[in-house]
Amino acid sequence: MSDNVDDLPLAGLRVLDFAQFLAGPVAALRLSDLGAEVIKVERPQGGDLCRSMVVNDQRLGDDSLVFHTFNRGKKSVAADLKQPDDLATVKSLIETADVMIHNFRPGVMERIGLDYDTVRKLNPRLVYGSVTGYGISGPWRDKPGQDLLVQSLSGIAWLSGNADAGPTPTGFAMLDVATAGNLVQGILACLVRRGTTGKGGLVEVDLLTSAIDMTFEQFTCFLNDGGKQPVRTEIGNANPYQPAPYGLYETADGHMAFAMTPLATVAELLETPEIGHYTQDQAFTHLNEIKSIVAGVFAQKPTQHWLDILEPAGIWCAEVLDWPQFVSSDGFKAADLIQTIKLEGGESAVTTKCPIRIDGVAPMKEAAAPLLGADTDALATTG
Amino acid sequence: MSLPLEGVLIVDFSQFLAGPYASLRLQDLGARVIKIENPDGGDLCRQIYLSPQMMEQESTLFHSINRGKESLTLDLKSQCGLADAKALITHADVVIQNFRPGVIQKLGLGYDVVSQIKPSVVYGSVSGFGTDGPWANLPGQDLLAQARSGLMWLSGNCDDGPVPVGLPLADILAGANLAHGLLAGLYKQATQGIGSLVETSLLESLVDAQFEFLTTYINSDHQMPQRLSDGSAHGYLEAPYGVYKTLDGQLALAMSSLSSLAVALESRELGQLAQTPRAGFSQRERIREIVAQKLMANTARAWEELLSVTGIWCARILDWPELMVSDTFKKLQMTSTMGQDDLAQTLMRSPLRVDGRRPEAVSLGPTLNQNGDDLRREFDL
Repeated sequence: MSDNVDDLPLAGLRVLDFAQFLAGPVAALRLSDLGAEVIKVERPQGGDLCRSMVVNDQRLGDDSLVFHTFNRGKKSVAADLKQPDDLATVKSLIETADVMIHNFRPGVMERIGLDYDTVRKLNPRLVYGSVTGYGISGPWRDKPGQDLLVQSLSGIAWLSGNADAGPTPTGFAMLDVATAGNLVQGILACLVRRGTTGKGGLVEVDLLTSAIDMTFEQFTCFLNDGGKQPVRTEIGNANPYQPAPYGLYETADGHMAFAMTPLATVAELLETPEIGHYTQDQAFTHLNEIKSIVAGVFAQKPTQHWLDILEPAGIWCAEVLDWPQFVSSDGFKAADLIQTIKLEGGESAVTTKCPIRIDGVAPMKEAAAPLLGADTDALATTG
Repeated sequence: MSLPLEGVLIVDFSQFLAGPYASLRLQDLGARVIKIENPDGGDLCRQIYLSPQMMEQESTLFHSINRGKESLTLDLKSQCGLADAKALITHADVVIQNFRPGVIQKLGLGYDVVSQIKPSVVYGSVSGFGTDGPWANLPGQDLLAQARSGLMWLSGNCDDGPVPVGLPLADILAGANLAHGLLAGLYKQATQGIGSLVETSLLESLVDAQFEFLTTYINSDHQMPQRLSDGSAHGYLEAPYGVYKTLDGQLALAMSSLSSLAVALESRELGQLAQTPRAGFSQRERIREIVAQKLMANTARAWEELLSVTGIWCARILDWPELMVSDTFKKLQMTSTMGQDDLAQTLMRSPLRVDGRRPEAVSLGPTLNQNGDDLRREFDL
């Protein structure tokens, strides 16, 4: 069992992380959690812009707490890529690396001289990962590759919320997380191939493609259904293509999620014969009518009343929790989802941990994110 | 250059979404995936319809997530079915399962057994809520995992109640996390010849997805993020971040400098607010009102052009028909159409490019046991 970093699957790999903000650094974090050494290469003035992106007035040390959540456990080298000396140092680091990741806009790495074609001559075994907002060509290539903006352009903002709600984006950086995941997959697959061919590779991902991939089931329906925009339900929408009763319902004291359930079963358990009059095919065609009947029933009694009826019958349903309820639930505690990170000076914070368990253990390191340039001297001399 | 996972054999016992999404990702990267299905109908996803449409008699959903795979039916509760599964596993580099906790052990194909048969195997297991604890036996369904994770209070406006994400977020992220672990395991297998057990769950994946702001929450006095009364897009980010109505269509504004915005919108009040430290937080609703009122004077398309040249991060909100006709979408080459005219069916392709090339979508999902005879011959079952 891996209780020690050297046993982790990526132990011994070196990753250079030139990226800032989210998608690139989150990908590098995942590689770090899986055992790789990750070195952030940052500009000397201020470093990664996220260091100063303070949310809710929360910091750990001199940097924003948010910065630590996805840069914990990494090293930092400060380098000005426009200065020949610094660039030479970075190139010698690249010669020692297995992976590099960047998220500069298209064309920037070419100007600096760290594009894939140049860098592979320095290190043919290198796996090179690049993140953009909208791909490397096309009319949107120079638009800012920011999560909310890509949600807006990709049609994703029209999947959540109810029919009359207007566009409803997802309220956290969902696309950065998904894009990071795609980058990790490409990088790891190229490392597996390197094991047999000895050669590195180029992996390119972008937020827009990742957005479309996330909607694969719905977008495939859309593509094969004459290109008709999906219609959200009037109440309790949770997926525009799911038949009734799929969705959320208000109860007398809270909210319930109600997943795929045959209409006949709904009619029986909720003692609602009106629903029994609909055929199963009408679960698609009469979504709003059926859902409003279900809503009327659920509203009359508290959540626990419904759970007591539905859960023993094997129905897929759940109480809707907010963070205070979730964090104090037995399910949260049992799943062991958080870890403590510490600065060298002892200051600490609590954060989420790697969502993957290897040989039964979720990999954990205690280190918080590095100070800007913390490892510059050590790494510049040893390479 | 060849696809990176060519030569990797995956024996996939999983059904529905999270497991099959992981094997789809590896399939796109070159792996060969053999789906093991029960003879009595196979993967339940074959019968789950998101719309009345079908492709080759099966749900569109099934094909979208099982394209390019092979199918073999085995009755794992029978001795010969189990023996065939074990024989196949001796050839496998990766095994995937997503039965409820305990079921695969009862069937006799738990990691302890499989790693005896094939010590170098990378064994991937995905559950709803982990393998023990009070939620372990709850159904591992996407909407229910979203409901329990607190995530439904992050989207929508403050009067909306909980708002789920309208796509199977937990399944997709858990599938991606499983793929990461499997790939890291394959790397270890290639370099050290050692197998590993990789586990994740819908719940862990949703917590991971909320890492930024759940961390903020846990380390504060447990203050929930506040959604706005209108156009909310993020509980913790300062104004003007959000969605705005215009004369025609909607516009999203990301993190933007208030002073640039004040100039672009010609608003004196906004200019004064921009002088106040942290006004984006303390005057969040007021700033929103000013911006919302100004943006009503022109169309989203006009604002996007006007504001973009001043460096303000904004985007017009598109629906899918609008996205489809954009040149950018065409350039991405994310879709692949098979067949012609009335029989044409369009599938999506891999979300990543390797060595400059997006892997092709090679075929629809298999019919049940489509490859049974060939596989039995090939692996001598």
